[in-house]
Amino acid sequence: MEEQVFTISVYTENNPGLLNRIATIFLKRHINIESLNVSRSEIENVHRFTIVARMTETNVKKLVGQIEKQIEVIKAYYHTDDEIIFHETALYKMASNLLFEQREIQNVIKNSSANIVTVHPDFFVIEKTGRRKDTEALHDQLAPYGIMQFVRSGRISISKTEMKISEKLKNF
Amino acid sequence: MEHAIPENKTTETISGAEAVVRSLLEEGANLAYGYPGGAIMPIYDELYKYQDQLNHVLTRHEQGAIHAAQGFARVSGKVGVCLATSGPGATNLVTGIADAQIDSTPLVCITGQVASHLLGTDAFQETDVISISAPVTKWNVQVTKAEEIPAAIAKAFYIAKSGRPGPVLIDITKDAQLGQLEYNYEKCTGVRSYEPIPKTSEEAVKAAAELINSAKKPFVIFGQGVILGQAEAAFKAFVEKSGAPAAWTVLGLSALPTDHPLNVGMVGMHGHYGPNKLTNECDVLIAVGMRFDDRVTGSLHTYAKQAKVVHFEIDPAEVDKNVKANVAVLGDCKTSLEMLLPYIDTNNHDAWHNEFKKYHEEELKVIEPQLKPTKEGLTMGEVINQVNKETNGNAVVVSDVGQHQMFTVRYANFTMTRSNVTSGGLGTMGFALPAAIGAKMGAPEREVVAFIGDGGYQMTCQELGTILQTGAAVKIVVLNNEFLGMVRQWQQLFFDKRYASTTMINPDFIKLAEAYDIKAAKVVKREDLAAAVKEMIASKESYFLEVMIEKEDNVFPMVPTGACVSEVRLS
Repeated sequence: MEEQVFTISVYTENNPGLLNRIATIFLKRHINIESLNVSRSEIENVHRFTIVARMTETNVKKLVGQIEKQIEVIKAYYHTDDEIIFHETALYKMASNLLFEQREIQNVIKNSSANIVTVHPDFFVIEKTGRRKDTEALHDQLAPYGIMQFVRSGRISISKTEMKISEKLKNF
Repeated sequence: MEHAIPENKTTETISGAEAVVRSLLEEGANLAYGYPGGAIMPIYDELYKYQDQLNHVLTRHEQGAIHAAQGFARVSGKVGVCLATSGPGATNLVTGIADAQIDSTPLVCITGQVASHLLGTDAFQETDVISISAPVTKWNVQVTKAEEIPAAIAKAFYIAKSGRPGPVLIDITKDAQLGQLEYNYEKCTGVRSYEPIPKTSEEAVKAAAELINSAKKPFVIFGQGVILGQAEAAFKAFVEKSGAPAAWTVLGLSALPTDHPLNVGMVGMHGHYGPNKLTNECDVLIAVGMRFDDRVTGSLHTYAKQAKVVHFEIDPAEVDKNVKANVAVLGDCKTSLEMLLPYIDTNNHDAWHNEFKKYHEEELKVIEPQLKPTKEGLTMGEVINQVNKETNGNAVVVSDVGQHQMFTVRYANFTMTRSNVTSGGLGTMGFALPAAIGAKMGAPEREVVAFIGDGGYQMTCQELGTILQTGAAVKIVVLNNEFLGMVRQWQQLFFDKRYASTTMINPDFIKLAEAYDIKAAKVVKREDLAAAVKEMIASKESYFLEVMIEKEDNVFPMVPTGACVSEVRLS
């Protein structure tokens, strides 16, 4: 079976030890976590891990089983890219003088639908939200001008189908 | 979850340390194993005050404490409790925690921790035991406030014993032990994110029954799930009605009596010849409370490929993990098997049973030479068989890890469930002596015999001190071949007899036992064996018996690592 990218969504109780437990499940099987995001979820006091990793579907099933086995994990799901709406956000810190001395950089920003989030006398910060290839393309376009700092968030995703967490919690 | 305090209940102000002891008592734990130290002293101070209600057994090492708690839990079905201090005390528990996790043994481990204001400062005896134990605990938690103690202990017991059991660890900072709280104990009845027992589906049960009824060559493999789920009677009824031959995994041993006509022996690396061969000939493989460990299956690519697989399993993560199930029946196997029984056709499968008899050459080539040896050197099998004769198979049999363990599970007889205590999944040498002490305390009225190799014995033989102090009447049989026998066997078979670091120069074990005031005897010649075993079993007190064994004997049959189960060899 072929390896592919899966987005694993894990709904959990708020327990600081869980990140460690979940990471260990990947580590033990030698699976690299490509991105990881932790946030609140639509339900009060329920946290949501969004983990991106590459593996076969057979293995992702087993992995999700192991994650769900953790006492404070409420439910875990896995999805392929076409089953979800997903984004990453990237920030690019650039020197402010570029805005005036290299006018074409303004077109790069405009054409990529990126936003300038702040401008300081010395630097300005561009924010771009989208797919990996979009933030990557902007990175490549800005690189020749000199990127002072670059950072990209983990993937966040929303599934097209329902995940029915509230129902599960109600049944308890 | 917030619980309102019922009106008729009053609270009282006590220390966190006292709350630990009171909470243990609320959970019915009146026996704990442990070892004191700085960060857990307030709890020990309370144990002193409550010593008439809670018996604390001082072991000689924290590893001894946790293995004793495991032995206790395995024979009694109750939760084993052990205590240790922070730092080295906690890390010394880790082997036992991992052992309990892989063998699904319910344990509550309580560790002391440095005061919360010192956490993260690399304080004296500070270790991050929560991180260290996370991968090998079913659940763990650090408590830094006295008022959190009762709820943490209640949750710990609930999680340890419910569903597929396992070890939990509570790490309690010293300030939480010393702090005061309004004490009120509420047992835990549920955790919203945790479903201990998945609901058994009627459809799955029917589908399972249909497959089983259609089988011409059904073959049952049962594991510890039958014991943990208290499903022995339901299981026996199922095999008797279906007429299916049933083989056990190492941990399933004793769930069905040895002499039951449908009990065909053990599967796996050193399992019996017929069951291994016929795994690859059965048409329906019925796995009950077992997890297809690699020591059971050998190569998965060639494992039971011809068979439809029915898997009765409490842990959804085990389904399809190693072997794909055609029908998975989730749930506790007592419930599942009871639901299944009415749908099962009565059968006897005589022709299929005769297939097992075709593999009788194991009897001639392997079993007879073990039990009725013609060579001069004593065999492990004949020693175990001699113990069978004296105990009539009614003893709790504890084994360590290695050749003697495989001989023990192959040759020991069992009439009662919860009688086989061994480190199956983790293979922890040094397990048996402390586990036997715990087993004796878990079943004081029963004979407890521990078979231990000369290697493993020396890993935890300091626990003779625990026997000296408690008077635990365990019978210790050291099967001494002056080798780390299992590794030596592999060196012989797969490494051209290069016996790297497997020869043992041993101390005088008799003197060692006598130093701890334990009666001891040594057998070197066959003619002395029967009398020595008789004397050992007759003893009301602990007893140490050393038997010198043929040095280079091997355990057979054997499925070499990674080979197919049907490639099982007899020599």
